[in-house]
Amino acid sequence: MTSFSTPKPLSHPASDSFSLSATDRFRHAARRFLSSPGPYLGLTGIVSLLLFWYLTTELFALPRFSKLPGPVAVWTEFTSRNPTYGTSLFSPEYYKHILWSSWRVAQAFFWATILGVPLGLLMGWQRKIRDYVFPVVELLRPIPVLAWVPLAILMIPGREAPIIFLAFLAAFFATTLNTFLGVESIDESYFRAARCLGSKPRDVFLRVVFPGSMPYIFTGMQIGVGVAWFSLVAAEMVSGEHGLGFLIWDSYVLSQYPVVVIAMVTLGVVGYLYSAIIRLVGRMLMRWTVRTGG
Amino acid sequence: MTHPVEAQMAVEAVSKSYEAGLRQRVVLDGCSFMLEKGKLTVLIGPSGCGKSTLINIMAGYEKADAGMATLEGRPVGEPAADRLVVFQETALFPWMTAFQNVAYGPRVQRKLPDKEVEARTMELLERVGLQDFRDKYPMQLSGGMQRRAELARALINQPKVMFLDEPFRGLDAMTRELMQEYYLKLYEGSQQTTLFVTSEIDEALLIADTLLIMTNRPGRIAKTLKIALPRPREPKVLTSQAYLRYKEEALEILHEEAVKAFSGGSKAAVDFLEAYADRDQAHS
Repeated sequence: MTSFSTPKPLSHPASDSFSLSATDRFRHAARRFLSSPGPYLGLTGIVSLLLFWYLTTELFALPRFSKLPGPVAVWTEFTSRNPTYGTSLFSPEYYKHILWSSWRVAQAFFWATILGVPLGLLMGWQRKIRDYVFPVVELLRPIPVLAWVPLAILMIPGREAPIIFLAFLAAFFATTLNTFLGVESIDESYFRAARCLGSKPRDVFLRVVFPGSMPYIFTGMQIGVGVAWFSLVAAEMVSGEHGLGFLIWDSYVLSQYPVVVIAMVTLGVVGYLYSAIIRLVGRMLMRWTVRTGG
Repeated sequence: MTHPVEAQMAVEAVSKSYEAGLRQRVVLDGCSFMLEKGKLTVLIGPSGCGKSTLINIMAGYEKADAGMATLEGRPVGEPAADRLVVFQETALFPWMTAFQNVAYGPRVQRKLPDKEVEARTMELLERVGLQDFRDKYPMQLSGGMQRRAELARALINQPKVMFLDEPFRGLDAMTRELMQEYYLKLYEGSQQTTLFVTSEIDEALLIADTLLIMTNRPGRIAKTLKIALPRPREPKVLTSQAYLRYKEEALEILHEEAVKAFSGGSKAAVDFLEAYADRDQAHS
C-alpha cells in the first residue's frame, strides 16, 4: 500500500488480469470451482432428494406416496419417444407449453421493469412523489396475487392479458420497492458532491440516482421475475389453456401424474435460467461493485 | 497588514449555533478571516471547533445566523462549482471510472466540447499520476489513489476557491506523507486559492502560506500566522529552524486554547494537554 508515490502501473496486481485471455480466466475459475467442496456437497443434496423420492414412491410405496409417480416412471416418460401421456422431451407440445409460459413471464417482467424502475426512482428521489405513492403501494402490496384473479378477469379483456397482468402485478411491486430502497441506500455525500460539481437535477437523476441504485434494482428484478413465475403458474391454473401451470393442472385432472412432475421440474429449471440471466446482465452492468479485475 | 492584499474570499463576523436540546450550542461566534487570492490558507484547530461548519457555510450548504461569507465581494449563494469542496470521506462516485469521475464536473456544466473535456481530464489524471488507472473504478484504487482522483475531480473545474476538509484523514502515515508531497506539487503548479482544513500541525506548516488558528467553541480565529517558508517546499523544511519557531508559536496558541477548552469542560482537550506536558518534559 505504500508504493504509490511513483506510479508503476505495470507492477500493480490489478493490471495483471489484462494479460489473461478470457478462456484462461474461465479455465482458472472452473478449476477453482471444482476444487472447492461446494459443488460436491450440492450434488450430494440433490442425490439424497432423488433417493428419498425413489424410496418413498417406488421401492417401499409408502401409504400417502404410492399414488405419486416415482423418479424412474417420470424419467421413462420424459425420455420416451412415444410418451404414454403425450408430453416428453420429444413432443412439440412440451416446448409449446414452455414457450407460452416464458413469453408471458417475459411480457410481465418487461412491463414491471419499464414501469417499476422509474416509479421507484422517482419515489426515492422526490419526496412529494413518495408521499403520494408509498401509502398506495404499501396498501396494495400485501394483497396476495391470487386475490386479484376475479378483478383481473373482470377488468381486463381477453384470455391472455389477465394472466400476464397477474404475473406483472407481483413483479411490479417487488421491482418498485427495491428500486425505491436503492435510492434510499445512496450515501448523502454523493448528492453533496454532485451538487457542488455543478449538476442540474437531470444530471443528479441520470448520473447519481439511477446508477447508484443499480444493485438494488437488479435485486428487485430477480425477486420480480421469481414472483412473476409464481403468480403466472397460479393464474394459468385458474384460467389458462396453455403454459406449464395449465399443464400441471390439466394433467392432475386427467390423472397423468408423471406429467405433473415433469412440468414442475421444468418450472424450476426455466425459473432458474431466468434469474441466472438477470444476474449475469447485472454483473456485466455493475463491474464497479467488484473489487479486483477489470 | 501593511500592504494591501487581494481577498478572493472573506468570512465576515459569521456566527452559527445549533439547537442542542433546550440549549443553544454556539459553534461559531463572530468568526472573521479572508483567503488571499492564489494562496494556500490552512485552518487548524481542535476537533469539534466548527471547522466543518465553517466550510459548509462558505460552500453554501448551510446559512450563517449572522455575518456572511463573500466571494469576490459578493455574498455566496447555493453550492456551485466555483467553490468546490473535497470532503473528509471520499465521495468519488463508485459507479464511475477514475476518468468519468474526473470528467464529471465539466460534463454536467456543459461549457466545453467533449474533445476538450477529454483532453483536460487526461491532463489532470497525469498530473496526479493516475493516467494508467483511468478505467479503474474507485473500489479498485488504493486509498491514496482515491484521494488523488478526488483532488483531480475538483481541480479540473478551476474553481475560484477550493475547500479541502481534512482530505488526508484516515490514510496510513506513509500514504499521508506521500499525499502531502503530491498535494504540495499540485498546489505549487496551479496557484489555486485554497482553504485547507486539518488538525495536524506538521501537515499545516508544511503546506501553508497563511495559518489560521481556530479557538474551541465558540469558534473564531485566535491567530493568523504568515508562514514565510520558501517555495517550492520540500519535506526537509520540517527540520529547519524557521519551521520549528513557527511550530512553537502555533503550539503555544493551541495550548492556550486547549487550556481554555479544558476549563470549559471539553474532554477532547485532555489528550492535547497531556501530550503537550509530555513534550515539555522531553525538552527540559
